[in-house]
Parts: sequence; C-alpha cells; structure tokens
Amino acid sequence: MTTATIPPTTLHHGHRVLMKGNEAMAEAAIRAGCDAYFGYPITPQAELLEWMARRMPEEGRVFIQAESELGAINMALGAAATGARVLVSSSSPGISLMAEGMSYMAGAEIPMVLVNVMRGGPGLGGIGPSQADYFQATKGHGHGDYRVPVLAPSSIGEAMALMADAFELAEKYRTPVFILADGTLGQAMEPVELQFREPPRLVAGWAAQGAEGRPPRVVKSMHLEPEDLEIHNRHLQAKFAEISAREVRWASESLEDADLVIVAYGTAARVARTAISHARDEGLRAGLFRPITLWPFPSAALAAVAARTRGILVVELSAGQMVEDVRLAVEGTIPVAFEGRTGGMVPTPDEVLEALRRLQAATAAGRTVSTVEVRP
Amino acid sequence: MTIEAPAGARVIFERPELLTDRSTHYCPGCGHGVVHRLIAEVLGEMGLGSRTIAVAPVGCAVFVYDYIGVDFVEAPHGRAPAVATGIRRVRPDAFVLTYQGDGDLAAIGTAEIIHAAGRGELLTAVFVNNGIYGMTGGQMAPTTLLGQRSTSSPNGRDAALDGYPIPMTEMLAVMPGVAYAARGSVADAPAIGRTKQYLRRACEIQLEGRGFAIVEVISNCPVGWRMTPTESMERLRDVVAKQYRPGVIVDRTKEA
Repeated sequence: MTTATIPPTTLHHGHRVLMKGNEAMAEAAIRAGCDAYFGYPITPQAELLEWMARRMPEEGRVFIQAESELGAINMALGAAATGARVLVSSSSPGISLMAEGMSYMAGAEIPMVLVNVMRGGPGLGGIGPSQADYFQATKGHGHGDYRVPVLAPSSIGEAMALMADAFELAEKYRTPVFILADGTLGQAMEPVELQFREPPRLVAGWAAQGAEGRPPRVVKSMHLEPEDLEIHNRHLQAKFAEISAREVRWASESLEDADLVIVAYGTAARVARTAISHARDEGLRAGLFRPITLWPFPSAALAAVAARTRGILVVELSAGQMVEDVRLAVEGTIPVAFEGRTGGMVPTPDEVLEALRRLQAATAAGRTVSTVEVRP
Repeated sequence: MTIEAPAGARVIFERPELLTDRSTHYCPGCGHGVVHRLIAEVLGEMGLGSRTIAVAPVGCAVFVYDYIGVDFVEAPHGRAPAVATGIRRVRPDAFVLTYQGDGDLAAIGTAEIIHAAGRGELLTAVFVNNGIYGMTGGQMAPTTLLGQRSTSSPNGRDAALDGYPIPMTEMLAVMPGVAYAARGSVADAPAIGRTKQYLRRACEIQLEGRGFAIVEVISNCPVGWRMTPTESMERLRDVVAKQYRPGVIVDRTKEA
C-alpha cells in the first residue's frame, strides 16, 4: 500500500512543505470544498485517488472507486447535476473513456473539474510523463461542438492554486474544466508553499435537487429539434467566446530583451527555463512565454510578443501539438521551430539549448524555419 | 386539460398528479406509457414527488422527463446507474429512481448496473424489457428471444450466431447488495396491478435503506415486433412471460 508522504493535519495554508504532486492536487481540491471525488486506478495518477480514499471520508465527504472511468465520470455527472462540487482524475487512456461524459456535461452545462495526469500514448502507450493529450483537451475531447477551459500548471504549487481557480471557473461558467498535468508533475516531490482557497459557492438555480415548491427541472443535453439545438449551440458558443475574452492566462520570463522566445507549458516550461538560463550565459538572449490556459489559448498576447522577437521555439513532451496553436497565433510573421520528445521521454536542457542555437542561426541567415523537428 | 365532472357524478379515475398533462411520443399500444403511469401513481401515493431525482435513459424513454413531473438528470446510454450513484451519495435525503430499457441496461450499461447493484446502492431501478431496440428501428437486443426476428436478426435470433437472451434480473438477484428484484408485466390488468405492488415495494426498500431494488417490467413493442397492439399483448402474455417469468425473484428484506 502506498502511504501518503505527509500527514494532512500538518498542512496549513502558507506553510512550505515537501509534497508529491498528485497528493498536493488532491488536498488542494479538498480545501477548495470538493464535495465528491470519483476515480479509477491508473498510473501515474493513482496517488491522487489513494489520497482521496483516505481523506474524503475523514472530512465526511464522498469518495467512490468506480468500476471504470465510464462509471467515474458518470457518477461525477450525477453528483454535479445536483450542484455538488466534484473532482475526477485519471490519466490518458482513462481520459479517453471519459470523453463521453465530458461531452454530455458540456452540453448540459454541468460544472466539474477533471485532472489528467498525462502519460505517453497512443493506446496503452507507457507510463512516463507526456503532453500528448493537448489536442484531446483543447480541441473538444468528446463529440460535438464544445470547448472546456484547460489549465496547465508547471509546478506543484501552481497546481494547488489552480485547483481552486478551476472549481471557480467551472461554476461561474457552468462547464467542465480540465487541469492538464503530466506524469512528472503528478509523481515528483518538490517544496511547495501551500495554497488553499475555497471559492464562494454560487446558487445552483439550475440543479436537480428535488422539485420541492417549484416546477421540476431537467438537467440534459438533448435538444431534438434542429432549431432548438442550434439555439443551444449558439448559447454555448457565446459562453466560449466570453471565456476566451476574459479568462486567458499566461506567464512570461525574460521577454524584455529577448531575441528568441520559447513557448512551453507544464514540465516542458521548466526544462525551457533551464535552457534559457544556459543560453543567456553564452549571450543568446532568449525568454519564456508560458501559456497557463491552453484553451483559451493566449493568442493575442503571443502575437504581441512575436512582434518584438525574431523567432519562436515551441518545446513539448509530444510530437508537436501546441505548436499548431502557436503558428496560428503568429500567423507566419516570424519563424516557429519545434523541439519535442515523446513516449515518456523529456527533452534535456541541452537539447533545447541546441534547438535555440539552430533557430538563432536560421533567423540570422534569414532562413524560414517551418519543419517540425521530432527526435525518435 | 381539466374536465369538470357533471353534478352528481363521482370521479373514479384521474390522471395522477405527477403524470404531466401531455401526449406521449410513444407508438400506439406501447407499454412505456403504462409504466410511466404506475411510477407517477406510486411516487404520488408515497408523497415522494418533491424529493425525487430521477435519471432518464437513452432509448424510447429518453423523454420520460416530459411525462413524469419530478426533477430529472439525463444519463448517457447505459450510464443511469452510475449517474444515480453520484446523485444518491451527495444527496442522501433524495429519493433516486432510474428508468432504463433493455438495450440501455442489459447491453451498453451492463457494467454500470452490475456494479451499482454490487455496491448495494440505495436506488430503485426500473427496467423496461421489450426485447428490442425500439428507438433505432427494431434491432436485436440482449433480451431478444431465440427465434425472434428483428431488423438485425432478420432470420430470427440464432444462438450460434447471436448468443442467448440475457436474464439480467436473475443475474442481479444473486448479488448480496440487491435487496429486492422482481419482474412485472403490462400484459393485462392483473399483471399491471401486481407490477405496481412490486414498484411500491422497490421504493419502500430504498426509503428503508435496505439496499438496491430493481423491478423489471416485460413490455411490448408493436411496431418493432411488427404486430398490432393486441397481437403484441398476446405475445407478451403467451410467449415472452413464459421465458421471463413475472414474480418476485428475490426479497432479502424477508430473509433476515
């Protein structure tokens, strides 16, 4: 049996402790007022489920280990449809099974937070850290025309802070929200300043709670008449437009004098930070642009950055997924190169530095850098 | 629409309060309307309407929320028992009822119903078994009888090709988490009366906290069976009820 790395009773807001990512996210959800958690064991997120198995009953809240990821996401659907604050977590293959439930929840406008501790794919793939589910998370996940906010922490402390934000976004916009982490964030231990926050609860005037003293409510995604479904879809699209206008987040480092900019999120951004430091040691002025919301993607902010720099290097733990959104954002105005590893491999700072040097040479020579470079 | 009784007349039959005043989308002769009415009667008589959160299926009864006037949550195909589990656990004071057909419960949702029953969830599950996929045009279901023709078993269900009908309720009845499992029928008035008693008992068991309760109701599908409503009721009584025998299958509240 896996034992928790730290007793929860010693965890106080503002304290600095050494903590494992999966456990930190779980405790942050509890302190954010999570009423119910549903999950199914899968590596590399199992410690999140195990933490919840112990802690949720201690807090008098709901924990169920479901029969499958289908079971878990649909238990979440039911609980959240009554207005409860609900968390689900899994890793890539399990997330695929949850696509059905996510689509229904997006359609029925049911708030929920879903953590994906990504591993390498496709298929059963492997259990090493990966960012290969970017497309899946940001382009809709399940069937139908919808998006969900996708938050991408790059440290365990940030993952804790984003947990409360995720519940708040979910309830404000009545939508599922993804937290897209990777196996490294889930499995690593690092010192974190504990960030606990319980967002205020909104009145769920839409939820199914029993029709005492009011007409019955139906929480549903079905609108059989095409005219009605289009009206519903227009409403959803207007909501997505509002989220895109209001909820974009990113962070940047060393951009003031940067000739080249690395765009990376999550664990890849941490590798990029080290590479940028080494690059600056040798006189190559590089900076970091780190999307925190992968949807909505910080396109306008990145375009503004691109207008002041000579080239962009996108670094991902994938064969190149976010790079497509970066290219859309900069619209061919400057070269966009790519450096990525797949299958659970993580690019080293030296590999990223070498990619920066190649980009520097190409931009200096006026060459276009458009090929996607992937290492085997 | 309300019709005032003339002076001196006595009202002996009314629409149950929880049955909404609208025409259903069901085909003429379909048994779903009867089952809806029984549920509305039982919930109303037990005073459960305002605390019920019901879960709607995918299939012919997808619009059940238009006909029974309680709060509803729509479930993806087969997932009603999981959705209901989530509702039940966060709303311990609610009364939670699921409504599923045989494709929904016995095919795509097999895992969800087995595990909800295995956990002994405090749910009342209504399982309408008409042996066919009605909504999509009359294809073979897991419960389709051997030899029965459907649009996807055009020569009749063949055990060698299609396997055997699955007796879901008997399978569930062996599980210790299942407090009550019964099978009713809509074939005739006496059967409908007994079905109502089963439904009432399945609701009481949830309120008593005894465990999972399921009532299968064998029903007809005149259009899918290519029969008149009368012929379909005769087949239900003379053929289907011989295979899926009505009655109480298990009642663990009496064993203790």
